[in-house]
Amino acid sequence: MRQPPPGRRLLGLAGLALGPVLVLVVFFVVPVVGMLGLGLRPEGRFDIGAVLDVLSRPRTGRVVWFTAWSAAVATTASVVLGLPAAYALSRLDFPGRRLIRALLLVPFVLPTVVVGVAFGELLGESGPLARISGGQGLVGTPVAIIAGLTFFNVAVVIRTVGASWESLDRRTGEAAAALGASPARVFWTVTLPALRPSIVSAASVVFLFCATSFGVVLTLGGVRYSSVETEIYLLTTNLLDLPAAAALSILQLLAVLALLGLAARLRVGAQASPGREVVRPQPISRSDLVPVAATGLLLVLIAAPVGALVAGSLRVADGGWGLANYRGLDEAESGQALLVPVTEALGTSLRTAVDATWMSLLLGGLVAVVVTQRSRGRTEQRVRGVLDGLFMLPLGVSAVTLGFGFLITLDEPPLNLRDSPLLVPIAQALVALPLVVRTLAPVLGSIDDRQRQAAASLGAGPLRVLATVDLPIVWKPFVAAAGFAFAVSLGEFGATSFLARDEHPTLPVVIFALIGRPGAANYGMALAASVVLAATTAAVMLAVERLRVPSVGGF
Amino acid sequence: MLEVRDLTVLYDQAPAVVQASLNLPTGQVLAVLGPSGCGKSTLLRAVAGLEPPASGTLSWDGRDLSGVPTHKRGFALMFQDGQLFNHLTVARNIAYPLRIRRRPRSAQRVAELLALVGLDGFADRLPATLSGGERQRVALARSLAADPRLLLLDEPLSALDAGLRERLAADLRVIVRAAGTTALFVTHDHEEAFAVADRIAVMRAGRIVQHGDLDAVWRAPVDAETALFLGYSRVLEGQAAARVWAAGGSSRRSAHDTPGSPSRTSGTIPPGEVAVRRSALRLEPTGPLTGRVISARVTPLQVRVVVSIDGVGEIDAVAPLDQHPGVGETVRLAADHTRMAVIAAALGPGSL
Amino acid sequence: MTRVNSRMAGLGFTAVAVLLTSCSLVGEDDAPSSAASEVVLVTHDSFVISDELIAQFKQESGFDLKIKASGDAGALTNKLVLTKDNPTGDVAFGIDNTFGSRALDGGVLAAYDASLPTGADQYLLAGDDDQRLTPIDNGNVCVNIDESWFAEKDMAPPADLEDLTDPAYADLFVTPGATTSSPGLAFLLATIAEYGDGWDDYWTRLIDNGTLVTEGWTDAYQVNFTQGGGKGKRPIVTSYDSSPAFTVDGEGASSTSALESTCFLQVEYAGVLTGAANPDGAQALIDFMLGPDFQAALPESMYVFPVDATAPLPQDWARHATRPAEPLALDPAEIAANRDQWLREWTDVVSR
Repeated sequence: MRQPPPGRRLLGLAGLALGPVLVLVVFFVVPVVGMLGLGLRPEGRFDIGAVLDVLSRPRTGRVVWFTAWSAAVATTASVVLGLPAAYALSRLDFPGRRLIRALLLVPFVLPTVVVGVAFGELLGESGPLARISGGQGLVGTPVAIIAGLTFFNVAVVIRTVGASWESLDRRTGEAAAALGASPARVFWTVTLPALRPSIVSAASVVFLFCATSFGVVLTLGGVRYSSVETEIYLLTTNLLDLPAAAALSILQLLAVLALLGLAARLRVGAQASPGREVVRPQPISRSDLVPVAATGLLLVLIAAPVGALVAGSLRVADGGWGLANYRGLDEAESGQALLVPVTEALGTSLRTAVDATWMSLLLGGLVAVVVTQRSRGRTEQRVRGVLDGLFMLPLGVSAVTLGFGFLITLDEPPLNLRDSPLLVPIAQALVALPLVVRTLAPVLGSIDDRQRQAAASLGAGPLRVLATVDLPIVWKPFVAAAGFAFAVSLGEFGATSFLARDEHPTLPVVIFALIGRPGAANYGMALAASVVLAATTAAVMLAVERLRVPSVGGF
Repeated sequence: MLEVRDLTVLYDQAPAVVQASLNLPTGQVLAVLGPSGCGKSTLLRAVAGLEPPASGTLSWDGRDLSGVPTHKRGFALMFQDGQLFNHLTVARNIAYPLRIRRRPRSAQRVAELLALVGLDGFADRLPATLSGGERQRVALARSLAADPRLLLLDEPLSALDAGLRERLAADLRVIVRAAGTTALFVTHDHEEAFAVADRIAVMRAGRIVQHGDLDAVWRAPVDAETALFLGYSRVLEGQAAARVWAAGGSSRRSAHDTPGSPSRTSGTIPPGEVAVRRSALRLEPTGPLTGRVISARVTPLQVRVVVSIDGVGEIDAVAPLDQHPGVGETVRLAADHTRMAVIAAALGPGSL
Repeated sequence: MTRVNSRMAGLGFTAVAVLLTSCSLVGEDDAPSSAASEVVLVTHDSFVISDELIAQFKQESGFDLKIKASGDAGALTNKLVLTKDNPTGDVAFGIDNTFGSRALDGGVLAAYDASLPTGADQYLLAGDDDQRLTPIDNGNVCVNIDESWFAEKDMAPPADLEDLTDPAYADLFVTPGATTSSPGLAFLLATIAEYGDGWDDYWTRLIDNGTLVTEGWTDAYQVNFTQGGGKGKRPIVTSYDSSPAFTVDGEGASSTSALESTCFLQVEYAGVLTGAANPDGAQALIDFMLGPDFQAALPESMYVFPVDATAPLPQDWARHATRPAEPLALDPAEIAANRDQWLREWTDVVSR
């Protein structure tokens, strides 16, 4: 095949990336820049003094330091707890494996306010922990914040790393074992290097989630601890101190960029060798004792708050147990804070989630293809690297900044989109996008380009190459990414709550309305609705896991 | 000494290896020969401890291996595609087992092994930059670095092209001999087996159908299918077998007969089935058989002919390069009994 | 590869086209009604109105009501200020007396001299001379006491703000934070109204006495209050004067009560947005909100008291939700001038 000139290749690259970039510019760059501009140029000219003033406040230093270390600790905890579970759930065969995998995504969709309640019941001063230890409980301490962040994010590690682990060629490890390496040594010298790209991917996403987490820090930290994100929220929605908010947003962006650069460096090097087939899970053997025990522990840690939630939802007015809270979800009576029947809200949630899912998969799929195609030449490689980082940015920017930015920048033709019903799923898709890219890219990147060339030489067009070479390998991570996007959308409340809610509230909105009102019935119904949300998520995940495409796999 | 007794291995509930028994004395090289999918790789993996046996025993020097994990068996396994660690250089790949054993002077040993497999100067290359043959050499060096009690080779040469395979097969034997290693290797290529092994086990559909010294197996394939797999070109039976066998020298004992086994001279016991190599029939003006040439083709070593012999049917034969019979020509043929084998199964039970 | 890339580029274009012209499942809305017949209400996410009232509004005024609800009162006000030049609707509801000055100073509202129902004029915002803000509902943020808890402990409940710093009531009080919650801010303003410049000293004593500060009302009341849904450990909480109506037991007695001397009045206002596309519709909606049916529905839809003194109250409200005769109050101008400073100082006190 004749080599096309590099210019043509760059053009092709640009064409492929154009769509996602356009979406990112309209729905991310423009709003954020607009919001920052409002803060930095209050009277139409730059006011650097205000920015420097904010950055030099001792409070800012404390806030940044707390954000950094709490996110780092929570990320480490998520990786350490998530790795054994990723192994057990992707490589071991035991009954209930799929169910557990689906259930582990449940924390991901629970509204923060509900998780706050669940953690409060467990870790608070009236919770079992405080009763046993006789102490004050952990709510209001960094421990609670980190536990909450880990609870939310461990699923990211399990799914991202699990997808890679699942298609990791087992024989490389066997070769090492046959050379005398003990299982632990095989793990450290063979498995871990092969998994490194996906671990770095997962860790960087988790870190960004933790560092920009809003609800967990406020709910579980009381008001004692402030992160950059909560500070921006306070400055924007309460104090309307836009210069200060802009200064912190810029700081946040710079930190995210630095982190992404670091992650990109760490990802390079190791190349996993994915098998075409998903490796058959093995029965549990004695050497799996540590990961299995660790997984069990993790399950207990995750099940405890969820269990508290379920128990709370079954507690009825007279102190006994029953299903009254669930029965109440059916109809919106006056005197209750139920906005619409829960089934209706659930329908809205699911419809929104479907839209957000296909949007993020479409965009994320394109981005992943663009950033993982083999580069010829420095410029091309650099362009791909920049694109890769660009699509991670939405994770690193405050939802408040983005939400307010929508309002002030997308208000005039041709971008009069702030009233579009699509804005909510698009915002959710943007949040899910980095997860999709980070799940797909490591696997796509490890496909031997020669396989695509082989298919092309056999007469396969680009689409067929995609369908017959990439898709069978990427299918598993693709399903994992779809699950993520769906879950993100189902549980998303932060960004959505800044956008206009129309007459069709989603389930998290309904839950939020219920729990924000006095009355034991409202509280119980809020918990019951949360359980419905969690159960729906688990059921959808279970169904998605069972999806197969026989036509592409067995050609 | 590796002993395999009545080993059965299930793969996805289906038996992949059935009641297999083998002996491999220390210092020898055993080839397990069989078509793809016959279970030979599963057998190898079971020996390595990578597949749990459903029944039967594996032992080394009389010590049972059940419950001994792969990494404590001291059996290095070399995969078909090498399975080099892509994130490590060639030298670090080879040093991998040395580091595990905390061997001193590992750099020196790595250099020795690189020299042994003919890859001096490759130490700092990454596996992705190597050719297929180089990768296999590195994999072999890495396996030898483990100083294994038993070297397990899974189709080590099958991914390579013919010329390279032949050279590497010879190298493999020299290298394994030089290292004095006991080796068990599986292959579907009888040439490769003959080039490398001392002993051979023929495997089919999960069962070991024949097992013994290279020569003994070669001389007396246990059945027609085995004979064809070992490289015999045709298997004749009945009258056809008797005619060709008789033409090969009626009164002499066949070469594989050993004292104590029933005498099998063509005169006394008419053979049931006879496996014939292509070169067993030769065009010779004074030969006892007469046939008509169906086709003839020149190769660098000889002329390959297909002839039709009355009472035998179409059969392969060879002619010296200076003869080139035309199609339809009537020719005379001589037979060489050393290039034929009586199928052992045809002699009835207990004949081996 | 060029072919591959250009085709892929085509795929990319298609993808965007699909995305932007999406026939989304979410987007299956009714055909947009023309601006003239539609009135858009911008409000906070606690706004609730029944379908019957929406239909009644349509019937009485001829306008379709479209609701855009998001964020809390503070976010709502800031949002209105930021979108002043191109408002997202015609009429706003939910600006309260703590944020009212910001809305007025921001110039987001147009004057509308609605005719107020009986008793509503007492809720007009001081300083709002051209009546840009129309009072719609009100409620008091008060310290609530779990009387049954104190009865059980045979202990006198606290009577005023000062008692909350009494060591006898150590570790018994929970309040939402002023920076993150609207009742939390109201409680802070109550303490400022009571103690003046000494408020930070009061808060220091409050925190030293084991007061728990939570993010929002939910964590304070539902999780930590003894009569909340989660059955917490603290019998004193910052909540509303209407809250006791929701802790009524089987015999019609409420187990909780509000401390009258700690109450701070919150009034929620509606206003016509400057630059509204449909100012007539906006005024019609404000009139409707002041009407008897909307006013009577307020307690059950939004848990607040109507501004119309003649509007009927639910039975439990009439009996248990006692209204303070003279709630604590601050001049809106003073709030506007000092709120940011107060919040920063408050944060320093509680997060030491």
